[in-house]
Amino acid sequence: MSTPLLEVLGLRKHFPLRGGVLPRTRAWVRAVDGVSFDVAPGETLGIVGESGCGKSTLARLILRLIEPDAGVVRFDGEDVRAASPSRMKRLRRDMQLVFQDPYASLNPRLTIEATVAFSLLVHGTPRAEAAERARALLGRVGLDPRLHGQRYAHELSGGQRQRVNIARALVLDPRLLVLDEPVSALDKSVQAQVLNLLQDLKAERALTYVLISHDLNVIEYVSDRVLVMYLGEVVETGTAEALSQSPKHPYTQALFASAPSMDPDRRMDRLPISGDPPNPIDPPSGCRFRTRCPFAMPRCAEVTPPLMPVGTAHAVACYLYEVEPARLA
Amino acid sequence: MWVYVGRRLLLAIPTLLGASIIVFAMVHLAPGDPIAAVMPAEASKAEIEAIKRTYGFDKPLPVQYLIWLGRVVQGDLGKSLATRRPVILDVRDALANSLVLALSSSVLAFGLGIALGLLAAFRQGRVLDKLSSAIAVVGVSVPHYWAGIILIIVFSVQLNWLPAMGAANDPGIWEYLRHIVLPTVALALIPLGVITRVVRSAALDVLSQEFVLALRAKGLVSRRVFKHVFKNSFPQILTVLGLQFGFQLGGSVLVEAVFSWPGTGYLLNLAIFQRDIPVLQGVILVLATFFVLLNLAVDLVQTMIDPRIARH
Amino acid sequence: MAVATALVEAPVLATAPMSYWRTVAWRLGRDRTTLVAGSVLTLIVLSAVLAPWLAPYHPSAGSIRLRLAPVGGPGHILGTDEQGRDMLSRLLWGGRMTLVAGLTPVLVAFVLGSGLGVLAGYVGGVTNTLIMRTMDIFYAFPAVLLAIAISGALGPGLANTLISLSIVFVPRVVRVAESATVQVTGLEYIAAARASGAGVRAIIRHHLLANVLGPILVFSSTQVSLSIILAAGLSFLGLGVTPPAAEWGLMLNTLRQSIYVNALVPALPGLAIFVTSMAFNLLSDGLRDAMEIRG
Repeated sequence: MSTPLLEVLGLRKHFPLRGGVLPRTRAWVRAVDGVSFDVAPGETLGIVGESGCGKSTLARLILRLIEPDAGVVRFDGEDVRAASPSRMKRLRRDMQLVFQDPYASLNPRLTIEATVAFSLLVHGTPRAEAAERARALLGRVGLDPRLHGQRYAHELSGGQRQRVNIARALVLDPRLLVLDEPVSALDKSVQAQVLNLLQDLKAERALTYVLISHDLNVIEYVSDRVLVMYLGEVVETGTAEALSQSPKHPYTQALFASAPSMDPDRRMDRLPISGDPPNPIDPPSGCRFRTRCPFAMPRCAEVTPPLMPVGTAHAVACYLYEVEPARLA
Repeated sequence: MWVYVGRRLLLAIPTLLGASIIVFAMVHLAPGDPIAAVMPAEASKAEIEAIKRTYGFDKPLPVQYLIWLGRVVQGDLGKSLATRRPVILDVRDALANSLVLALSSSVLAFGLGIALGLLAAFRQGRVLDKLSSAIAVVGVSVPHYWAGIILIIVFSVQLNWLPAMGAANDPGIWEYLRHIVLPTVALALIPLGVITRVVRSAALDVLSQEFVLALRAKGLVSRRVFKHVFKNSFPQILTVLGLQFGFQLGGSVLVEAVFSWPGTGYLLNLAIFQRDIPVLQGVILVLATFFVLLNLAVDLVQTMIDPRIARH
Repeated sequence: MAVATALVEAPVLATAPMSYWRTVAWRLGRDRTTLVAGSVLTLIVLSAVLAPWLAPYHPSAGSIRLRLAPVGGPGHILGTDEQGRDMLSRLLWGGRMTLVAGLTPVLVAFVLGSGLGVLAGYVGGVTNTLIMRTMDIFYAFPAVLLAIAISGALGPGLANTLISLSIVFVPRVVRVAESATVQVTGLEYIAAARASGAGVRAIIRHHLLANVLGPILVFSSTQVSLSIILAAGLSFLGLGVTPPAAEWGLMLNTLRQSIYVNALVPALPGLAIFVTSMAFNLLSDGLRDAMEIRG
């Protein structure tokens, strides 16, 4: 097994909640609570989960836009958390982020060519060359630089803005691209186009993707492996086929089952999952899903289940699949 | 929510303290000997000693401040240099007069301002809007002390309808009213302009919400729409009302100077002219405290109306 | 790929789109009210600057014999004041004082306030609390009161007026600057710039300032008229510029008693303040509309 391009171990981030009369910390939002995974070079890891499960925080933690409270992030074997500011700046060339909101992610005062070129200028590329490369990349993502280069963000459609986002991320020639809900804000017809573009780019440039989404269709479309998050924790991980064909964790099952389908045979009468996602401020003890889980056992309230293997490269955090340690007489 | 109330009250204290420090510092900023600033002319030696002791001038500055603060909190604002009367008494009387003026001016400005602003918003782009907006711009740009002078010229000197000065020494209610008309109008002009503009802008924001557009498209420009607009723009309007009331109370200096209206502004003006520092300090401190409490009240009312607004 | 590109392209434009600031200028040029206000203002400023050459008389020269000559009289087209000095000349020279006293504090507040506000907004934390709470203390006073308090303590004179008015306006600008900075800092393109490896200075220069200066500029322009009114008002109270200097507020004060004799002449200085203030307001309104990002 070659070295994973990205290794994440025990990543944790809690946000303090200030309240009360004095500015005192009353509670903690446990956004990311002990997340671990690997990403092999050239693969696409899809991270799926509902709103509030910590996906966006995770994305920012990986790129060290937010400082983790605990845990290790290794890029190509190098510890990202321990990197010095200058080393971090170099690392940033290799790891890039495509943002979710196509509207807020572009500076309204810069032309899109300037936006894309800015990243290069930051790293010392001379102006003329930066402009040149920016134009080339804009063309590559489907925006003719002669027509669109001098436009401003507000003159473009959502799909076009996301293309600019992608161009900006790629202009530094990164090896890893983290995409935080890259198509969630777009119309369905445009989503497919952007996703296809991403696939093409990945093949051309030998990229590695970590794609985050709440939309199962998107995840299934592009991912090699999938990681399911719930309330800050990983509940299941495996290949895309394995998860879609035989999801093991009750939450994963509910997710796949509740995806609306055009196929009349797959339509449901009853909802597989009930209730609202609980508050990450005060998660249930033990397994966080137990309050909505139809199979909850008393065991689940005691200790959070660890990830347990259930097949080739398939792991679940659920006591249902626990191989009993010695019930041996 | 009561937590928020407590928090705001707590935050108001440092603000008040800070304001008191500024007021205290005025004495020491003024050119000349700070002792002379609080000492009436031709004070007897005994008086000088007494003042030195009460103010603690021989002690270090922070201690002086605390001594002064302690006395202020008990209501002792010192004695006026000019009249030798306790400052608190003069300030109290003046404050009453200023409040009356500010209230009457507010009624005028708020009432007319809200009416004009709503009118402009509902008739956006048409003649009534342009008219209201024009009135607003004029209101905001006019120097109110000049407006006061013009009013005097027109109504007192030329037409002789209304008196030019004072609050009437023999206050029959009719006389009092006659005296208050011109200052009220002069003071109301700037707030009128500001309020009209803010109301218009806030109402337009609400009117452009899709829900309202849908209603209007159906032809329902009704009381319901009107109520909705009013309710939703109210928080913004309330903030401005509070600010403008404060402006009218604190900013009445100039109008009172023009009309010789015996309010805090008049007192302030006199104190400046006579270099009567204790009175100057007293008036400013009382007004500032009033203003801080007013802001607090506005914030709290807003939170009660719409708990979402609670800012940290 | 060609198909996908065709679907995504926007319709072809006949001309290249304009840059943002040129759009602002173009919009300003098309608004009639703004043009009129701008012309009036230019006139006022020019007449103030060229006062030494335009004024027919020396502003302090006058004789009591000629006092309060009416408007349109011989030799003094705008009459004379209570000491017999020519009104036109005093208005021209007075304009310099009033404009300086009105504009300088806003300029100072713009520079200082932006610096402090952006710092507080971007850095956050203790720095922010310190700066903002200090500003709150000054904000607790209504503008007029604060100006009077500080001027009252410092004493009259142009320099003191400038200081006290600057102190009045800085907290207001800081508030707007901080609020705008906080809002922009929360937007994702700032995070994107950081993700590209940009340092604090690069981010502030290229991304923050351009987006934040707009609202600050608009706000500052709305304060000019208030500043002029306050500056003149301070002189009116005897706290600003001292006689025998010519300044519109001061002139209004000294002429006040004369309204019983000659009503028109005392109204002139105030009229000048009014017109100037209104021109600034209309201009700043136009600026705000022109700078709005639409579409």
